[in-house]
Amino acid sequence: MGQYLLSTYRVEGDVPGAPGSPEEMQAFMGRVMALEAEMDESGTFAFGGALHGSDAATVVNSSDGNAVMTDGPFAESKEHIAGFYIINADDLDAALAWAGKVAEATQHPIEVRPFRATGRVADHMPDA
Amino acid sequence: MTPAVAGQPGASEVERVFRDAYGQAVATLARVFGDITLAEDAVSDAFLVATDRWPNDGTPPNPAGWIVTTARNRAIDSLRRSARGRELQQQIGVGEPTPADKPTEDGPVTDDQLRLIFTCCHPALRTEHQVALTLRLLGGLSVDEVARSFLVTEQTMAKRLVRAKYKIKAANIPYRVPGDAELPERLRSVLSVVYLIFNTGLDDPERAALRGDALRLARSLAELMPDEPEVAGLLGLMLLSESRVPARTVEGSLVLLRDQDRAKWDHTLIAEGHAIVRACLRRNQPGPFQLQAAIQAVHCDAGTFEDTDWPQIVALYDHLYRLMPTPVVALNRAIAVGEVEGPQAALEALDAIAADLDNYHLLHAARGTTLRQLGQIAAAQAAYERATGLATSAPDRRFLAEQINELTAIGANRGQTTHPPRV
Repeated sequence: MGQYLLSTYRVEGDVPGAPGSPEEMQAFMGRVMALEAEMDESGTFAFGGALHGSDAATVVNSSDGNAVMTDGPFAESKEHIAGFYIINADDLDAALAWAGKVAEATQHPIEVRPFRATGRVADHMPDA
Repeated sequence: MTPAVAGQPGASEVERVFRDAYGQAVATLARVFGDITLAEDAVSDAFLVATDRWPNDGTPPNPAGWIVTTARNRAIDSLRRSARGRELQQQIGVGEPTPADKPTEDGPVTDDQLRLIFTCCHPALRTEHQVALTLRLLGGLSVDEVARSFLVTEQTMAKRLVRAKYKIKAANIPYRVPGDAELPERLRSVLSVVYLIFNTGLDDPERAALRGDALRLARSLAELMPDEPEVAGLLGLMLLSESRVPARTVEGSLVLLRDQDRAKWDHTLIAEGHAIVRACLRRNQPGPFQLQAAIQAVHCDAGTFEDTDWPQIVALYDHLYRLMPTPVVALNRAIAVGEVEGPQAALEALDAIAADLDNYHLLHAARGTTLRQLGQIAAAQAAYERATGLATSAPDRRFLAEQINELTAIGANRGQTTHPPRV
């Protein structure tokens, strides 16, 4: 069993597939909630959520022990992560199947990326 | 990979076993150890041992089994040398090395090769990586040979293969034959990779060896999946295309089907291809590769171009277009329609798809041929020139250059007839 990050991206100034009317919004929420219930029942859902816009981001860097802050997101890109799930899945095929469901429910492309290690670094240190 | 001991007794034996057994051995070791890179390294080591020993000790009775056992022992040895390896060894439960001359339960298992090809052709890998992995791991080509088939340096290809294998391992692409529900789509991806390898060898004389590699892969798939009609269809299609290769080019220039010397076709391959197509017809579960094989079978059946059963070919293209409504199928259908209904009908059908295939040289080549038949010489010449600008293979470009020269000559003659000769 491994863990995978399923993430969705938002293109600045363009929200493809975003629900336009209240009815569409309601249908969208209905689809996502049904999917999350399915993830819960199968023990797939580990964590997840939606992010505020990239304009709300701040990058902090360390320079000689001082925190240096920069307004805006790290990646100089028009696409920024908008939301994600962390799921439990046996292998890539299982993760891709869930990603397909998320893509259908959200009408957004979903990036699937395996976790190299999950949990705290200490969890992965060899026994002393 | 060719072990570098050519000339010594036994060297060619190692080479032959290498081609036959490399893919099987890697596939089996990948199952046992769950790691493709470890499997590859171990199999390469085992072949090095073979090139060293077989010339003196003689070839073992079961060479492929010997390679698998030796490779397995090498892999266990290398695992033992690292702490991580010892942990992995416990997890996967492979125990002690087996002496290479003793029988072993680790003999090649045909399912292993299927598992490996489905892993290599997983849709989460980009097509060029699928092709490179398939040639390297199942085709037994060296990294340098794979690199040459992609026209890139060995170093570039080595990096590409490392990246692809990294993804398989990191993302945990499963090592299994897909279940019934996923099988048709996943099999399509495997068959497209094999067909792409074949076509690369067909388009480029420099890479002709790829046709043989693709045929070997298709033959072993047909043995491994005897119940999949599309696998048979692909093999039939490739055999029938291969049968015409000797007549397909003359002095490095492409020869159209219409002008090919049919005596040069390989009738042994045609007989084998026809038998496969007949078996597919009896099975009556048509699919895109079987229909394309059937179309080639009709062509190969005709003693002359004029004897070709064109209505039958149009009917097969109609069926193919229903299953695979792509502009390229429509293009081939349009050419067949021209043989039944004449060039005007062909031109109309070609113009209908022209926008979709504007960057495809064969559309413009087909328009050139059709316009020429209609006597529209200047338009034909323009179409051939457009095709020349888009064509990438040397035989295609030579063929197109010849067409343009002929049309220039016709144009010049017409010029002379319309203007009174000077005195």
